[in-house]
This record gives sequence, C-alpha cells and structure tokens, in this order.
Amino acid sequence: MVDPLAVVNAVVAGVMLGGFYAAVALGIAIAFGMLDIPNLSHPAFVVAGAFSTWQLNSHLGLDPVVAGLAMAPVFFGLGWLVYRLYYVCFERRGEAALQGLAFFFGLLFITEVALVMTAGADYRSVVAPYIGVSFTVGSLVVPQRMLVPFLVSVVMIAVLHQYLLRTFTGRAIQAVAQDEVALRLMGVGPMRIKGLAFGLATATASVAGALLIIIQPVEPSIGREFIGRAFAAVVLGGMGSFWGMLFASIILGITESLVSDMWNPSWAPAIAFGFLLPTLAFRSSGLLGRKL
Amino acid sequence: MTQFPIGRRTVIAGALGSVVHGGASFAAEPIKIGFSIPQTGGLAAIGLQALLTMQIWAEDVNAAGGIIGRPVQLVTYDDQSNPANVPRIYTKLLDVDKIDLLVTNGTNLTVPAMPIAIQRGMVVFCMLALAVNEKFKYGRFFQTMPYGPRGKESISEGFFEVAMAMTPKPATVALVGADAEFAKNAVDGAREQAKKHGLKIVYDRTYPPPTVDFGPVIRGIAGTNPDIVYVGSYPVDTSGMIRAARELNFRPKLFGGGMVGTQAATLKGDLGEMLNDVVSYELYCPAVAARFPNVEAVLKKYQPRAKQKGIDPQGYYVPPFCYATMEILHQAVTGAGGTDQEKIAKVMHATTFKTVVGDIKFGPDGEWDHPRMLWVQFRGLKGQGMDQFTNPAAEVVVSPAAYKTGELRYPMGLAKQ
Repeated sequence: MVDPLAVVNAVVAGVMLGGFYAAVALGIAIAFGMLDIPNLSHPAFVVAGAFSTWQLNSHLGLDPVVAGLAMAPVFFGLGWLVYRLYYVCFERRGEAALQGLAFFFGLLFITEVALVMTAGADYRSVVAPYIGVSFTVGSLVVPQRMLVPFLVSVVMIAVLHQYLLRTFTGRAIQAVAQDEVALRLMGVGPMRIKGLAFGLATATASVAGALLIIIQPVEPSIGREFIGRAFAAVVLGGMGSFWGMLFASIILGITESLVSDMWNPSWAPAIAFGFLLPTLAFRSSGLLGRKL
Repeated sequence: MTQFPIGRRTVIAGALGSVVHGGASFAAEPIKIGFSIPQTGGLAAIGLQALLTMQIWAEDVNAAGGIIGRPVQLVTYDDQSNPANVPRIYTKLLDVDKIDLLVTNGTNLTVPAMPIAIQRGMVVFCMLALAVNEKFKYGRFFQTMPYGPRGKESISEGFFEVAMAMTPKPATVALVGADAEFAKNAVDGAREQAKKHGLKIVYDRTYPPPTVDFGPVIRGIAGTNPDIVYVGSYPVDTSGMIRAARELNFRPKLFGGGMVGTQAATLKGDLGEMLNDVVSYELYCPAVAARFPNVEAVLKKYQPRAKQKGIDPQGYYVPPFCYATMEILHQAVTGAGGTDQEKIAKVMHATTFKTVVGDIKFGPDGEWDHPRMLWVQFRGLKGQGMDQFTNPAAEVVVSPAAYKTGELRYPMGLAKQ
C-alpha cells in the first residue's frame, strides 16, 4: 500500500526540483519562447555561471547566491555581445533558422572547451551553510540544498515577470516577439530590445549556475544534461509564459520524483517527457502560452 | 575529427622530451605511441590526468635514453568523451600517423577501438577499463586495473566480503546503479555476490545518469529497509547519493559500493565528513603508500603540474596505474626487442612486470591474474577539504586481508563524529 507520507515527501521534493529546472529554463523561455532564438548554448552558460560562482566562493568566500547575482551583469554583457554576433552573421541576412541552430550548438562546445582550458576539467563545488543540512517538519524532510534554489528561482521569475509587465523596456521585449514592425513604428529599435532581452536571458544563467553548483558538483560538460529538460519546460509551459514554464518545470520535477520514489528511477525521464506529448497534442500552445 | 592544440603540443613535447630534459640525443626513429583520450566532455577529468601522467612517463623515458635506443613520441587526439569519435581516431593513428603502439583508456572508449585493433593485429595496452575483453576474447588485449579475471564481480566482491563479516550477518541488500555501462556491470556483479552470500535483494533498480535530486531514490531504498546498500555510480551521482542519504538521515548497517568519484580529491574534499563510514573501492591510497614506495616519485612530478592544469591535485587514482601501464609497455617492447606485435603479445603473456604499483602478471584474458581492489572505509573526516585525505587514517583499508589497515566500523554512524 502506498504510504501517503511518502507521497507528500516525493511531491515536495519534486516541487523543489522543478523550481531549479525553472531557473535553468528561464533564459530559454526568454530567448526561445519570446525571441524565437534557439539558444542551445544556454545550459553551457549556466555551467559557466556555476564556475564563476565557484571562483567567487572559493577565493572571496562569497555566498553562492550572492556570487551568482554579482556575476549577472557580466553575463548580461556577454549575452548582448553574443546576440550582436548572431544578428550580424545570421538574423540580418535571414539565415537564422538552421545556421542559427548550428551557431548556438557550436557555441555550446566552445564554451565547454573554454571552461576546460581556463578552469580545468575537474569537479568543482561550493561551500555554504545550507548545503548538507535539512529541516524537518513532522515527517517531512526538506534538504536546504534544494529549498534555497527553489526559493531563489521563484523570486527571480517573479521579478523578471514584473519587469516585463511594468516597464517600457519590458513591454517592448514582449512586443518584439509579436510584431517588430509595430515596435519600429513606436520609435523603438528591435535590435536594441532583442539585445537587451538576450542579455537578460544570459544573466539568468549566472544565477541558475549558482543554484546548480549548490545542488551538485559541476564539470564543464554537465550542462548538456539540461538541454532536453529546459526546452521541454518552455514548450510544455507555453512559449513566452514564465508562470507556465515554472508550472511545467514543477510538473516535470514532481513526475520524476514520484516515479523515482514509488516505482523505478530509470522510468522517470520517460514518463516526465511522455507528459509533453499528449499536452501538445491537445493543447498546442502549451499549458499557459501563446499559440505556436 | 579535430586535433586540439593540446594534442599537437603533446606530440611536440614527446618528441622533444629528450632535448628538454637533457637526456640522450637520438639518431633513431621515435617509437610512436598513439591513443585517443578525452580532453573535453564528461570524462575529461580522468583523461587529462592520464595524459599528464603519460607525458611525465615519456619525459622520464626519453631522459633515460628511450626504449631500445629510440625516443618515444606520444601521438594523441581528443575524443571529446564521445565513443563515436574513437574508431575514426584510431584509424587515423594507424593509417596516417603510422603509430607503432596502441594505448586505450576507459571502458566506453576502449570498446569502439577494439574492432580496429583486432583487425590490424595490434596489441592493446589498456587502462581504467572494466571487463572489456569478456566479449572480444582478444589474445593481444592487456588491461592494467587490478580487477582480475572476474571483472564484474571484483567491483563488489570485497564489499560483500566485508559486509558478511559483520555480526549479526546482514540478511537484506538494496542494489542501485546508474543506467550506464560501468555501473550496470558493477550492479550485475553485486547481484551475483548477493546470491552467493544468500542475501535477499529488497531493492534492485537503476536510475538515469542525468538525475539531479537523489532524495527520491534514497527514500525509495529506505522504504525497503535494507541491511546494506550497494551503489554503482558515477562521480556526480556518487555525490548526489551520499548527500541525499545524509540529508535524509538514512543510515543502514553498511553503505557504499562501486562508487566512482570517491577516489577523486576534489569530490572527496567536497563531501568531507558526509563520507564518514562509507565503504568504497580504491586502487591506491595513503594507507598503503609504504607498500608501493615508487608511487611517491610519480606523484611528486604529477601534483604541481596537475594543480596548474586544474585536474585532480592529489592523483591517487589515475596516475599510479597509468604510469604502470606505460612501464609495462616499456618492458614489453624491450623484451620483444622492437615493436613486432606478435613478439610483444608473447612477452606480455609470459612476463611478470615490475611497476610502481607492484608486480603485475596478466592472465589468459589479458586482465590481472588475480584481483587486488582495495576496499576502504572513510573515517574521522571533519567538515570539508581535500587535505585531510593525505592522512592515511582517513581511508582505512578493510579488504583484502593482505592490505588491511583496520576493521570495519558499523553500523553507519552520523556524518559528524
């Protein structure tokens, strides 16, 4: 018989895990979901964020979350530069589809090799008071290593959502995804707005990287493991919808957690991704998103 | 295929080794030793250690006059940790670079090299691979890790021996491993061991390699209340499993197994006191340093260069056995009087090789003729930090009897002790 307490523990663990997935997927929700830029290299940027967090944590003793936030402006600038390169080489010439995909795939490998050359291939981790401890409420046990990333992720998504809703630049970012010409008529340069949006997407990789290295040790190529989950969360949640993406990530997390705990861990990804197919069959726009 | 600059540097370093180190000057053609090695991708942490060790060996050999009067030259390419790249690399090494000797490393990266080696009749000097020749049964394959003739079982045999010596004897076991080659082999062996010792298997599952949170896996295991838990895992999973077990306060009588990663200084340092009482395997550790005094000289050369390169700064796991592989190659070529593959294979089967990790004699399957895996229990660790692992008391050898430095402590205690 299924123990209800075990189910509650698995669901809570799944929610925490989903929160972390959402942090990784947030940058893709902006780049792919809003700008239609298939940034396959985003998980490698997340790992770069994890490595920069490791540097600040091990050399300056900064808390990993603070380190991730501190590096966000640097990642913003990096993202802006990457978009300019992408625009000049592909988008401006109308060759963004297949060539763009190849560009970001190449960037993924370049980022990994750059990390090996600069930081080495060894596993890196951080020190923080909330790693390795958990708090207990009755029979519910929550590892703080998972709770902190969940909380930071939700706050980051909420702040970015408010930014997009309440500021002129934020609304322009939403507009550029829908109608570039209309945006031009409003006197706003789409390239500038796209550059800003891509910079923002890359800045979230810095924070997501900090959350990743809190959860587990990292090595330069570990980002590849998140490509599938991150894109699935964005598509399942609905292109351009942050809350949909968070909701989808949590569904993926809960499914993985429940299947691992109650049934067989090796089935977890298949069942979680299996959820994607019927959802898209019956609701092509995703759970909370715009029409594809 | 891509030849990375580091690969080119390796070739140059190998060729110029004698000049740099002021050893003998050579008129003879170099002996070309070719290999594919992961310098990027998930296995780079291991591959770069092996590469550095082989460079150190090449420098040592060239400084001492080479092999049969010929310098050695390393020719290497990055396989990016991708087995699909391996066949192309070895084809190029043999057809274009015209290598004389062939080296492979790792289970997943040796398997795709085997058909090419077999087709060309090359002797395979292999390291860090588990049970590769079980299916190929190639008479010119030689592997240096001390698994012995029953590869799959050796990665669990010592663990179960130790477990069955507990009082009272355990009755139930949970088996869990990553859904990947090495871990599956390890858990297969553990399953056989469990049957042999009459243990009831109450949990027998695999998990997918990209698992992030191992809490649900540990909860699933804890729900079956096993006496002992055997884990076959890769580095990141090992870390996730141990962290989750500690965070959920899961403490069976014995926890551990074929856990890759508990040999790596950075991962051990990161886990620190969470490793207390965990039992895993080692090939070499400070507790047995006195038994293998020549390892120290290799590590002295390796450690400062490893720090600069950002790879395992202690190097207890890969470098000693990697260096031993190359010493075997050296002695085999000397014994054969050249690079004739048939003669080398004969020498390999007939000789007991003297290496930094002790005497090595190969059995008919090309594995060690007897297993010598060390099973260690982590003890007395405090907080985090890798320096504490240089202390011989941090890893107590509990099996085999010939290398034992202490008794098993059970049941598994708290992390903070």
